[in-house]
Amino acid sequence: MSGDPKLERIAKGNALALCATGTWTASFAPVLERMVADAEKLAGSPQIISIDVSEIAKLDTFGAWLIERLRRSLTQGAVETQIAGLSANYSSLVDEVRRVKATPVVETSAVTISGMLEQIGRAVAGVGGTVAGLVDMLGAVLAASGRVLIHPRSFRLTSTVHHLEQVCWRAVPIIVLITFLIGCIIAQQGIFHFRRFGADIFVVDMLGVLVLREIGVLLVAIMVAGRSGSAYTAELGSMKMREEIDALRTMGFDPIEVLVLPRMLALVLALPILAFLGAMAALYGGGLVAWLYGGVDPEAFLLRLRDAISIDHFIVGIVKAPVMAAVIGIVACVEGLAVQGSAESLGQHTTSSVVKGIFFVIVMDGVFAIFFASIGM
Amino acid sequence: MAQEIQDVIQNPIIRVRDITVQFGTTRVLDGLNLDVKRGEILGFVGPSGAGKSVLTRTIIGLVPKVAGHIEVFGVDLDASNGAQRRGVERRWGVLFQQGALFSSLTVRQNIQFPMREYLRVSQRLMDEITMAKLAMVGLKPEVAERFPSELSGGMIKRVALARALSLDPDLVFLDEPTSGLDPIGAGDFDELVRTLQRTLGLTVFMVTHDLDSLYTACDRIAVLGNGKIIAAGSIADMQASQHPWLRQYFHGKRARAVMG
Repeated sequence: MSGDPKLERIAKGNALALCATGTWTASFAPVLERMVADAEKLAGSPQIISIDVSEIAKLDTFGAWLIERLRRSLTQGAVETQIAGLSANYSSLVDEVRRVKATPVVETSAVTISGMLEQIGRAVAGVGGTVAGLVDMLGAVLAASGRVLIHPRSFRLTSTVHHLEQVCWRAVPIIVLITFLIGCIIAQQGIFHFRRFGADIFVVDMLGVLVLREIGVLLVAIMVAGRSGSAYTAELGSMKMREEIDALRTMGFDPIEVLVLPRMLALVLALPILAFLGAMAALYGGGLVAWLYGGVDPEAFLLRLRDAISIDHFIVGIVKAPVMAAVIGIVACVEGLAVQGSAESLGQHTTSSVVKGIFFVIVMDGVFAIFFASIGM
Repeated sequence: MAQEIQDVIQNPIIRVRDITVQFGTTRVLDGLNLDVKRGEILGFVGPSGAGKSVLTRTIIGLVPKVAGHIEVFGVDLDASNGAQRRGVERRWGVLFQQGALFSSLTVRQNIQFPMREYLRVSQRLMDEITMAKLAMVGLKPEVAERFPSELSGGMIKRVALARALSLDPDLVFLDEPTSGLDPIGAGDFDELVRTLQRTLGLTVFMVTHDLDSLYTACDRIAVLGNGKIIAAGSIADMQASQHPWLRQYFHGKRARAVMG
């Protein structure tokens, strides 16, 4: 409306007046800052300087602060720079910014080699803390289960069934679809490569052993870590953020018993069921591909499968499932309860819940492989 | 210039006409009309669940309306294009009931967030203005580097107000600014709103339950009931009103205690 802001210099004998005109608002801040920086160079000149603001059309906090900044840098020794022509409207605003103390220096941490080394050191030391946290949670869950066994009425059946629906029933379609596709792919690859040796039929052996011992349970565990582990962490984390967990504690409830135990139990029950369904879907998919792509008809496939696998293979696979579920559940709950106040922290812990969950699932699978090999199963 | 002066004199800063808002089959606001004049502090009261926050959110554009139109700064928000709308949004500040501070940013970054988006100013100026805003809302400079989770309830409200004021808006919406504060803190907050209104020339739209706020801070009061404004005017008008809810509200035990 009143055009660009200006800061004119008018000399009157020994005195210099700085006349501010125009709109001194946030929108003109870059221009204003440059003008004020120019005028600040007058500091140290022998003249008496006053800042005349009577012609300012519009003033906001930004403008008022820049005038105040100018006044401060021009003020030297005993000579106080005056602000003249302040209208009643704006005087309270200028008084307000005058009370502001100089900005404290913002600490910024520079990236240094020692800083990076320190971070690595802290991360390594943190591994111990992570393991301790997991063991702590395992103990707490076992203690809570013990209490529930002694007082069965304190068991939360409704909550457990609800979580069972969430992590098991609702997971069935996606788990079945993905394991079916993986079964198809394994069979196709097997047939494609075995055909060169004329060993097409051995694809059934490979499929059966691989799916029942490893792929079925491992793949399902990884998917459950991504699907339900992350959900557990996010649920518990946002409850922690909103002080709901503290509220439970003050009412005399143990959050482990109320929140963690039903979730853990649901997961431990769900994973074997899902692993079984997944293995069946993968065998079905593999059989379908063997028939349509490899020319192994279903009767031959089943006959060969009966010879190739034994109940041992199935047991080796399914025994791992509840243990993996427990690992996923413990990791997810520890991470959820470690969430701090911010949305960023919730994101970090959900990420690390999934990453750690999958990592521990694979480590457990390796441990099981060694164990079963040494007992000859 | 002449146009703008006419604007100031004739047009209210917010003009709400025949607003109807419905959630499913429940009609929350039913043909509501309201004017907010430039430079005033309007206190907005009504029973819990009457739709005070819904009206605020409808004006800001967070809740869709079934019918009616809203003008803010003379701009019809439904007919406006993106640039006009952003122009309006840049001129208002909103204080949400829970503060709604960005939890992963520090207080300083929270206050600077709108500046960074809308203005091109140097980091130094932003830091200085942030300190000025913190001083204005009565907080110490040390608070600047803290995260929202490390603040008390009253501090969160103050920081949220500082953020709402960071672009020097002409209009601020305050949704229950004093709820959850102790009486002294609430009194300070009312005083603060008054001071800021004087120094910055703000128009304030304040949803409140606090009788003290109505008495000390507000120029005018509007009362919401049955989806309409059932009364609007000064505190004296409210006390003189014969409407049953108003009589109960302004002549109840608590009101008498406030009036002394």
